[in-house]
Amino acid sequence: MNNIKKVKQIIIDKPLKLDCGKTISNFPLAYETYGKLNDKKDNAILAFHALTGDQFASGINPVTNKEGWWNYLLGPGKAIDTNKYFVICANVIGGCMGSYGPSSINPETNKPFGTNFPVITINDMVNAQYHLLKFFKIEKLFSVIGGSMGGMQVLQFVSNFPNKSHTAIPIACTASHSAQNIALNELGRQSIMADHNWSNGFYEENQKLPDKGLAVARMAAHITYLSKKGLQEKFGRKLQERDDLKFSFDADFQIESYLRYQGSVFVDRFDANSYLYITRAMDYFDLIKQFDGNLSKAFEKSKTSFFIISFTSDWLYPTSENREIVIALNAIGKNVGFAEITSDKGHDSFLLDVPDFLNTIKNFLKNSYIKLNEKRI
Amino acid sequence: MKKEFNIIAKLIEKNSKVLDVGCGDGELMKYIDENITTNIRGLEISKNNVQKCIEKGLTVIEGNAEKDLQQFPKSSFDYVILSQTLQAFLDPERVIDELLRIGKKAIVTIPNFGYWKVRIHLLLQGTMPVTKNLPNEWYDTPNLHMCTIKDFVNFCNKKKIKINSSKLNIKNIFSELGIFLIEK
Repeated sequence: MNNIKKVKQIIIDKPLKLDCGKTISNFPLAYETYGKLNDKKDNAILAFHALTGDQFASGINPVTNKEGWWNYLLGPGKAIDTNKYFVICANVIGGCMGSYGPSSINPETNKPFGTNFPVITINDMVNAQYHLLKFFKIEKLFSVIGGSMGGMQVLQFVSNFPNKSHTAIPIACTASHSAQNIALNELGRQSIMADHNWSNGFYEENQKLPDKGLAVARMAAHITYLSKKGLQEKFGRKLQERDDLKFSFDADFQIESYLRYQGSVFVDRFDANSYLYITRAMDYFDLIKQFDGNLSKAFEKSKTSFFIISFTSDWLYPTSENREIVIALNAIGKNVGFAEITSDKGHDSFLLDVPDFLNTIKNFLKNSYIKLNEKRI
Repeated sequence: MKKEFNIIAKLIEKNSKVLDVGCGDGELMKYIDENITTNIRGLEISKNNVQKCIEKGLTVIEGNAEKDLQQFPKSSFDYVILSQTLQAFLDPERVIDELLRIGKKAIVTIPNFGYWKVRIHLLLQGTMPVTKNLPNEWYDTPNLHMCTIKDFVNFCNKKKIKINSSKLNIKNIFSELGIFLIEK
């Protein structure tokens, strides 16, 4: 990650009290923007990234030289049309693409924080990103949008700042991280911690990274982003560049080879400690508990128009959990739309070329923007 | 179709809050949105229709009227519309109860099985009627609970639901469609 200095940052000097009790100040938040903020400043969208995303949602990521994670959705002429809208995307705190995180240098030791970095939450992430509105002098966003952990940030943002976005689009997410999802995240964390190189999180000092542990964490997680049907159709029992089984523990099957590849490329772009911190933030997310068991209360003060989207084959954040958010909003008469999109691509659908999904976002934004200009929302 | 929309729209007060249950492709919602009130949303089970509603800029919730009406609190809408879908529910009585719980008033339209053409079809041909409003064969129809205008009025009277039943016998023969404004 030698190119990390190329990223744009704001320094948040105002102290931010974290949920864990600690206060941070003078910390960097890395961001990227797409499109142009218009004179009325009414076309701004804040996009939140998921667990392993970053601020480079579209175009080419200058650090990894790979395509942005939301390239299908975001860009000129796309569903989130950057010819029309101004999109801001920040790297979450706890991340490793230029925002304040465990790989930042601790001024007291002149070494990376490692596991001395405070545990952060979705609420902390959102509160940090709120400073971007002030930075760009935006009074009210046109929309907040995100999938998976990005969707959780959308929910938390609207709850914290009920009057700061006209619309909100939480995608493939939940209001309360399930036991299954906590379990899967714990599997990933234990895999990292079981790697000798992890050294309690102070691996930067040894120059040896816990790559194997992080790669296994990614492999396990990657399976959860797909669906059984999708895997079967794409890989089945196809063999990897061989005519028969080798009676060894090589990657005989294509799916094995594919997962190994996914693990190996991931470690080049992601920090193991960030993986621990961000998965922890997801596990701690429970908006229902924040509002004493009544999710509706989280949105009581909000005038935002919501559109919630789930995917048929997403077993990580299933339709039922997304629908809970719809139910909580309907219970207090809020403006909410909901669609479950048919897709075999599992949880990953929100990152992929799924036409009904892309059309849903495009049409909801287009029509909401018309209503906004007619002062109907 | 436009005529039906017109009649329904005239029953709705300006700027009131409306839910269209089984809103289909959103044509009726769009008509009401443009002419009567913009405070309207729909519930629709078909994914294809949900997409069409979103294209039209309408607020739509994908869901099943037999399960998903319970999430709305009592009297949360001024009007709840149920247009030509009552006969397709497994339990139409429960759906009507739910409509009148979440809506102060409900507008229900039904294809009238007592319409003279339907009667003649059955009388002369001896087969299940197939008409413009009832285009399916008996084996592939989604309609589980067909009724006549008279049946529906009797049903409401029995359940002590307020309903206009003037010129009932004439309407039961000459109307293809029954359109009712009902309230508890």
